[in-house]
Amino acid sequence: MTTAAELLAGIPGLAGVEPVTRVTIPARLEYTYSPGSAQTRFLTALPQKRLLAERCPQCTRVYVPPRGACPTCGIATPEQLELPHTGTVTTFCIVNIAAKGLDVEVPYCYAYVLLDGAHVGLHARIGDTPYADVRIGQRVEAVWDERRLGPSLASISHFRPTGEPDADPESYRRWM
Amino acid sequence: MSKQPVAVVGVGQTKHVAARQDVSIAGLVREAAVRALADAELGWADIDAVVVGKAPDFFEGVMMPELYLAEALGAVGKPMLRVHTAGSVGGSTALVAANLVAAGVHGTVLTVAFEKQSESNAMWGLSLPVPFQQPLTAGAGGFFAPHVRAYMRRTGAPDAVGSMVAFKDRRNALKNPYAHLHEHDLTLERVQSSPMLWDPIRYSETCPSSDGACALVLTGERGAARTPRPPAWVHGGAMRSEPTIFAGKDYVSPQAGRDCAADVYRQAGVTDPRRQLDAVEMYVPFSWYEPMWLENLGFADQGEGWKLVEAGVTEMDGDLPVNPSGGVLSSNPIGASGMIRFAEAALQVRGLAGEHQIDGARRALGHAYGGGAQFFSMWLVGSDRPDR
Repeated sequence: MTTAAELLAGIPGLAGVEPVTRVTIPARLEYTYSPGSAQTRFLTALPQKRLLAERCPQCTRVYVPPRGACPTCGIATPEQLELPHTGTVTTFCIVNIAAKGLDVEVPYCYAYVLLDGAHVGLHARIGDTPYADVRIGQRVEAVWDERRLGPSLASISHFRPTGEPDADPESYRRWM
Repeated sequence: MSKQPVAVVGVGQTKHVAARQDVSIAGLVREAAVRALADAELGWADIDAVVVGKAPDFFEGVMMPELYLAEALGAVGKPMLRVHTAGSVGGSTALVAANLVAAGVHGTVLTVAFEKQSESNAMWGLSLPVPFQQPLTAGAGGFFAPHVRAYMRRTGAPDAVGSMVAFKDRRNALKNPYAHLHEHDLTLERVQSSPMLWDPIRYSETCPSSDGACALVLTGERGAARTPRPPAWVHGGAMRSEPTIFAGKDYVSPQAGRDCAADVYRQAGVTDPRRQLDAVEMYVPFSWYEPMWLENLGFADQGEGWKLVEAGVTEMDGDLPVNPSGGVLSSNPIGASGMIRFAEAALQVRGLAGEHQIDGARRALGHAYGGGAQFFSMWLVGSDRPDR
């Protein structure tokens, strides 16, 4: 691999010229997201500390957040239901490095929480416990952030252990 | 409708590095393309169409870079198209090119994949907040670490397996002049004591961020008959996809990956991949994916992949060498990484892999995955022309 300076040295008139190797061009992007009717219902229920889900009439799987359609069966999911604020940690990691633009203090525990009655995990932070104690199968409950209650998942600050015995692995084995 | 046999007659790569500040994206892809043409002893005029691939535009911040690559890739006056399937794109790009030849649409196709990660911040590009989830995913490592933990829990694999894979791949990379990382002083102990980035994934068990490109020249029987060096023949190729999230999705061993492998083996007449394949180039950006994909691709029974690693089966001198090139763990120009797997598989069966050649390799698998473990692309290449 030749360096930029070596390349320039071979071009008449450019020998000794300081090479331009980087030009920074800032770009900005903002999305206007249209959540659709299913997610609108889910988002507007969050300030009331309610977790709305939908059940597929064919495969009976429960989705939270709901999407209005089942990704497996490809049909509408009109049946709504409300889920409790408790669930099970199905897997997790401890994040020790900060991603640029991500508003979370490191380290943090990023977990999949399978809410009781749901068949897909909610991605959430686990807190109020030493990270070394977090485990697959642990029972947890939502902690709401009173200051940030609004139509956003930021309404849930994190999940914390309930202190109950761990869930039976059969209850979450298929539903990460 | 009968398919034409497809041959790989040219392979070109750049030396993968953290930052190629001496070239633009156009210069980078042209370098790989020129090397692939030189390997095939062909010129630009011999190419009928160009198929390019790269990962999301956000990774460089250049919208549709293919628009300005036509000249650099000799595509003026010819068909050119771009493929995108996230991290698996290098593989699916090669397959789209191969299918154009197999279908008789074009005689000889140049395919190129690239990434110039130094021009932006891929971790940021992968960590954009989405409104339907809490913004907690810190790059690809943050996304995949929970799946790795699920694998460890499910199989009871010892912690050391991840470091064994990383150490093997980084040592293999020392034999590959194009690999990004050449860590001569690395020891197993050093891998095991490197910091946890996304516990359970350590720093040394993680792929680097690279600038690089890879190119292939694909042709049919007539082109292969004229080529100066041995070709690699495509015996099977397939892609599969599935949603990022659905109830019952198995992140540890996705159904789409299993189906894709089964399709490729069926096309190639392979019934026992563990015994019938001589080398595997699989997409392992985090070391634990080696045992996970060994199971997903049918080389080991469910829960048994880590035992092959532990027994040394996947070492360069094992009976199923995995990533003799050093793999994604040693070079990761994301969009090119899948095509490098395909290219390295082809080099093995052509007998042109140099110092990391597996002696007598006659059948090899190239594998790539991408997105939320949801896009899969694979090809199986052999040194013999496939039976029709």
